[in-house]
Amino acid sequence: MDEVNGRSVLDGYDASGFFCEMLRSADTQPIRDRLGRLSVEALKRRALDAEAELFNLGITFTVYSDKDAIDRILPFDVIPRVLSAAEWQIVETGVVQRVKALNLLLHDIYHDQKILKDGIIPAELILGNSNYRPLMQGIDLPHQTYVNICGTDIVRDANGTFLVLEDNARTPSGVSYVIENRHMMQRAFPELLNDIGIRSVDNYGLQLQAAMREMAPAGIDDPQVVLLSPGTYNSAYFEHVFLAREMGVPLVEGRDLVVDDDDRVYMKTIGGRSRVDVIYRRLNDDFLDPEAFNPDSMLGVAGLMRAYRAGRVALANAIGTGVADDKAVYAYMPRVIKYYLGEEAILPNVETHICREPDALAYTLANLDKLVVKPVGEAGGYGITIGPLASAAELEECRVKLLDDPANYISQPTINLSVSPTLVDAGVEPRHIDLRPFAITGAKTWVLPGGLTRVALRKGSLIVNSSQGGGSKDTWVLE
Amino acid sequence: MLLARYAEAIFWLARFMERAENLARILDVNETFSRDSRGGQNWLSIVQLNADEKRFFEKHPLATAEAVLRFYVIDMENPTSIAASIRNARENARTLRPLISTEMWTQINVFYNRLRGLTPTDLASGGLTKLFASIKESCQTHTGITEGTFYRDEGWYFYQLGRYIERADQATRLVDIKYHLLLPRNQDIGSAIDVSQWNTLLRSAAGYHAFRRIHSSGITPARVAGFLLFNQRFPRSVTLCVREVDQLLTEMKSRYALRGGNDVAEQIDELRAVLSSHTVEQILAAGLHQFIDLVQIHMARITTLLGVAFFGHPSTEAAAPSNVVPQ
Repeated sequence: MDEVNGRSVLDGYDASGFFCEMLRSADTQPIRDRLGRLSVEALKRRALDAEAELFNLGITFTVYSDKDAIDRILPFDVIPRVLSAAEWQIVETGVVQRVKALNLLLHDIYHDQKILKDGIIPAELILGNSNYRPLMQGIDLPHQTYVNICGTDIVRDANGTFLVLEDNARTPSGVSYVIENRHMMQRAFPELLNDIGIRSVDNYGLQLQAAMREMAPAGIDDPQVVLLSPGTYNSAYFEHVFLAREMGVPLVEGRDLVVDDDDRVYMKTIGGRSRVDVIYRRLNDDFLDPEAFNPDSMLGVAGLMRAYRAGRVALANAIGTGVADDKAVYAYMPRVIKYYLGEEAILPNVETHICREPDALAYTLANLDKLVVKPVGEAGGYGITIGPLASAAELEECRVKLLDDPANYISQPTINLSVSPTLVDAGVEPRHIDLRPFAITGAKTWVLPGGLTRVALRKGSLIVNSSQGGGSKDTWVLE
Repeated sequence: MLLARYAEAIFWLARFMERAENLARILDVNETFSRDSRGGQNWLSIVQLNADEKRFFEKHPLATAEAVLRFYVIDMENPTSIAASIRNARENARTLRPLISTEMWTQINVFYNRLRGLTPTDLASGGLTKLFASIKESCQTHTGITEGTFYRDEGWYFYQLGRYIERADQATRLVDIKYHLLLPRNQDIGSAIDVSQWNTLLRSAAGYHAFRRIHSSGITPARVAGFLLFNQRFPRSVTLCVREVDQLLTEMKSRYALRGGNDVAEQIDELRAVLSSHTVEQILAAGLHQFIDLVQIHMARITTLLGVAFFGHPSTEAAAPSNVVPQ
């Protein structure tokens, strides 16, 4: 290789005392060897090419200012995150277990509510939750599957233990980057991947399409599946395009669909109306049907809930799954798993204090500077206070909010998140990472090998969200 | 079956690309060949061609080369500029990403980003020919990639319909404006025409060499107008474009068993009758401008009816075009 001149990639790399996933695993040795044959300069050059290519391919999310629509790529780090077969085994079985429990929980909530009657979860936490949908009560879903697509946010602590940080059971996004990142690595660093034995990520679309078909209303042999997007102005539009293409189904917007008096859903085509049986919707519950939810929604389809309740159309994910991935309900998940499955959680939770409980609130207030305080309703890393990094004024602001509405918050200890070597301006440095595997469930659950590894690109930052300066890495699961 | 919204987006994607290519050619030709014997250039005719007088003069006091080029190449606020056409093409392509090939999308995306990066200094006269060549080539690259990668289903028909309708529209505009501009003024009647100006008109439609081949004996205004309007083999003539539109619609309707669009077919039949029932001499004698007006009314009506039949537009009560033929 002609690119060894100069400093090689892992020379002088220091994980600063954190759990480094690249250095701690003996299975990554062949990859470290290959990285050792590349210089930092060569890596940077190819990283620039790769980013230019992502931009040209339009693998972007869109940020809107007053005047312009700006396409941004999700910053891509070219040093892969590697999971051994044994590590993946833990994650995969843990995710399958968790998805199973979430579906059992939702079926129970929307039928007999045994778990509430048995006092495992406080009833008001569920029934008073803004994402609880009474209109789902008593509706039977195929395979009793509510969460067809689940993204489970997982971190590793200082010992390398996998911990679940959050369940995303509504419309989790990011899977397109998993696959595009792999394609990018295959183009930019073919020699890194050769003969390593990495599990493929290429059949996500087929698996998703198969699961969607399994959800079709009874009696339909060849269901028409569509993907419902808010449209080209949505920041995740690229992902919607990607998924529609990978599934080979039309990407529709609310204005393309109508619900007729027969309670069936149709799309408007050049040949007239054409029936739709399954909708993978990338719209939140509130926007789906102005008749049933937000009357101001221009994005939804009037009458969709009517068709859904009549069993004439399937929606994935189901309505009302948001009650199960709520940050407050999350705290109960180990007990939920035990309750329905009689098993311990394979993937433990991060220790969580539910501030609606007086003891937990008192503990949180007494240890604000050591804890991460999160609002339960927000997504995208907004509204989080990281105690050890917060100023006195920020802590005080957090205290006021907590006292004002304790039920809106949970707190967790800060975790020394694991790190991965990451290319930055100064060379290769450790940066904190997380993992979001994607699980697809129709009749049974399948987990895409790997998932989205997000990386906090700012030095010392623990926040990996793309809206907050995060990037992503290709995630390799070794065979 | 193709979503109605997609059909419309494909139709307009093709139209905007075709429009940009035509405009790039017209500007290029004007820059290179349109100098009169004293070396002056007429840039105002390009503003007239696009019926942009009002908007243009709100921004620029005079139709100088610099102002016209800026207005038509890089001005995003001018909806008829090349940059705006490609932006619109890209917006449609963005909607169509689930349908079009990745290669189509990537090329349009890169093309747009390059145009967006142009500044007035890129319009300095020395580099213009190269710039226009690259714009034309990008449009043609798009056409080629589309031909080679776009799946041939209903969407392909709407793409082709858009392309030919736009091309016919551009040809009628070119003839309409330039013909009157180039005709000798009354006092000059009988004097030799300025052959180079008529050559320029042919070059603007990429028709110069084809014209020479079939009219080797010489150039006359009537022959040029006849060539651009009625030639059966020239890919940018109005007659050829309308014939293509007719065939495409018929084939699509039968292949996909589409019930709608009978009124579009009728409208096309009428237009073909208008185009075939008069010689160019008759039309010139009766009034070229009125004839072209009639053709354009028919074409606008075809687009409207396509919208109602296939794009899900509400039907309009717009009056049918008058059947007046040139007297």
